[in-house]
Amino acid sequence: MSDPVIELDHVNKWFGAFHVLKDVSMRVGKGEKVVVCGPSGSGKSTVIRCINRLEEHQKGRILVDGIELTGDVRQIERIRKDVGMVFQSFNLFPHLTVLENLTLAPNWVKNAPMKEATETAMYYLERVRIPEQAQKYPGQLSGGQQQRVAIARALCMKPKVMLFDEPTSALDPEMIKEVLDVMVELAHEGMTMVCVTHEMGFARTVADQMIFMAEGQIVETAPPAEFFAAPKTERARQFLGQILGH
Amino acid sequence: MSQPAPKTPWWNDRANRAILYQVAVVGLVVLAGWYLISNTLANLAARNIATGFGFLVREAGFAIGESPIAFDPADSYAKAILVGLLNTIVVAVLGVILSTLIGTIVGVARLSGNWLVSRLATVYVETMRNIPVLLQLLFWYALITEGLPEPGDAFKPIEGVFLSNRGLKFPTPDWSGLEWLVLAALALGVILAFLLSRWARLRQAATGQTFPSIRIGLALTLALPLLCWLLIGAPTAFDRPQLDGFDFSGGHSVSPEFVALLTGLTLYTASFIAEIVRSGILAVAPGQTEAALALGLKRGQVLRLVVMPQALRVIIPPLTSQYLNLTKNSSLAVAIGYPDLVSVSNTTINQTGQAIEGVAILMAVYLIVSLAISAFMNWYDKKTALVGR
Ligand SMILES: Nc1ncnc2c1ncn2[C@@H]1O[C@H](COP(=O)(O)OP(=O)(O)OP(=O)(O)O)[C@@H](O)[C@H]1O
Ligand SMILES: [Mg+2]
Repeated sequence: MSDPVIELDHVNKWFGAFHVLKDVSMRVGKGEKVVVCGPSGSGKSTVIRCINRLEEHQKGRILVDGIELTGDVRQIERIRKDVGMVFQSFNLFPHLTVLENLTLAPNWVKNAPMKEATETAMYYLERVRIPEQAQKYPGQLSGGQQQRVAIARALCMKPKVMLFDEPTSALDPEMIKEVLDVMVELAHEGMTMVCVTHEMGFARTVADQMIFMAEGQIVETAPPAEFFAAPKTERARQFLGQILGH
Repeated sequence: MSQPAPKTPWWNDRANRAILYQVAVVGLVVLAGWYLISNTLANLAARNIATGFGFLVREAGFAIGESPIAFDPADSYAKAILVGLLNTIVVAVLGVILSTLIGTIVGVARLSGNWLVSRLATVYVETMRNIPVLLQLLFWYALITEGLPEPGDAFKPIEGVFLSNRGLKFPTPDWSGLEWLVLAALALGVILAFLLSRWARLRQAATGQTFPSIRIGLALTLALPLLCWLLIGAPTAFDRPQLDGFDFSGGHSVSPEFVALLTGLTLYTASFIAEIVRSGILAVAPGQTEAALALGLKRGQVLRLVVMPQALRVIIPPLTSQYLNLTKNSSLAVAIGYPDLVSVSNTTINQTGQAIEGVAILMAVYLIVSLAISAFMNWYDKKTALVGR
């Protein structure tokens, strides 16, 4: 693997006295797809939120595209431009139309003229298959549509990496597929992705690496075929049993 | 096979019923109104009391302590009431502006991570909003008239400014009639700043280039009057208050009544506004800030483009009722002798005996002012309303 896009080197983090991340290390190469899974509270969200500094780590090093994340606000803003993020609860801006949600950051952060930003936005709305919703407000859309808008909003910044934090957990079953389809397409186009998800079908299809976390540690890292067929640890076996069992 | 539905009698029809009820309500209101008015008129006639608004053009015959426009006892009652209204408006407008500023600062301070700052803000809010505003007004009035020194030993916080039990005195510029030029330059600066921000918006839409329009606009509004002042020869002459026997002459003076009323109303209302601002900011989900930051927006941009527009929607409706409260509470001025609308109307009623007309005027004026404020706020609220499913 040549220069990794994301590199975590013995990252440690505490919430007060609670040691939430313990010596977490990982490397994600260009175009690579990593799926992170593990029981609730194991620190999955915290890890990917550290990658764009929504959370601050206290020990170890995090590098994104060769730039180290420190307290330097400039560096953080630079990295955030290149790292797209999709949240479990969509977090669309309710006071802006879908189109305005998509053009806000390109216009203010990347200084794209509105005309250009609008063209880009419409392009990505086509890609997530809801161009006809451009003039609506988020509150008027279904959950699946909102999450696809959120993906398009992140893509409009032309990021080098996309982070997903359980993007389908808040959705009704019939809407999960429409969001996963978009994510699979994105993966096939070569986007570098880190996904926290329990959608194991998705993981099998696109993941290059599975990362299994428990109690703030990375317990197992393996290609999906290996991970699903023969998990090395008892902890992972248990977890897979629970999640695939029903 | 199917039978035609049985015909409903017309009084059972939904639409007809609605009309029926409304006609009944209007009929009752008109009847009650007619009874009250005819009774009152009959009673007044029986006691030989004149009715009507003719008294308004008669000479008032009393002086008014302070007034934004020149008032003389020889002027009419109508003008006296106008002076009262202007005094009310002055207090209300200044009170609204100041309580919004203080309230916003205190509200944000309550959310501060600094323990001392947030605790101080909490103490302020809890104290102010739990003491009746009338008591607060009496407190400030007593503090100023009893607690402050005689004019001879007045506090001088800044050179030329005097704070005594006769109120606040401060110097006014005396630049041989050219003061208005500086004021005009200030107004021009405000207009230019406004145009500048519009231009910046259009340019950003066209080219994507951001422009620090707030900072430059602010600089402009300050720089223009300064430049103008330099151009008229940088005059430094002031009409300073001078101790003249037992009181001051010259400069501008603000009465103890006005200071007490404005201070009391402002501090009281600010405590409510602080709570409104705080809950407005808390009402914006933390995920909104996170999503905006994740897109690479700077902190200031997040506040201005994402958090504030959403917080304002929560803040505006209760803020309106605080503005209305402040305006209506200003009628408590009568307790400390500030010549507001109520106080002047009281005097008028006492002298003319036209209580019904006087109170009618009062109610009409307060109603109009309140409706105007609430119409404006409703319009603003609608403009910023969220569209949902
Ligand atoms: N801001 C915070 N302050 C204190 N503790 C926190 C905070 N955020 C998370 N935690 C704790 O850190 C631990 C890891 O949280 P995290 O959200 O990363 O878990 P997760 O693996 O994403 O779980 P889930 O599957 O439920 O989303 C949890 O025990 C959680 O309670
Ligand atoms: Mg999580």
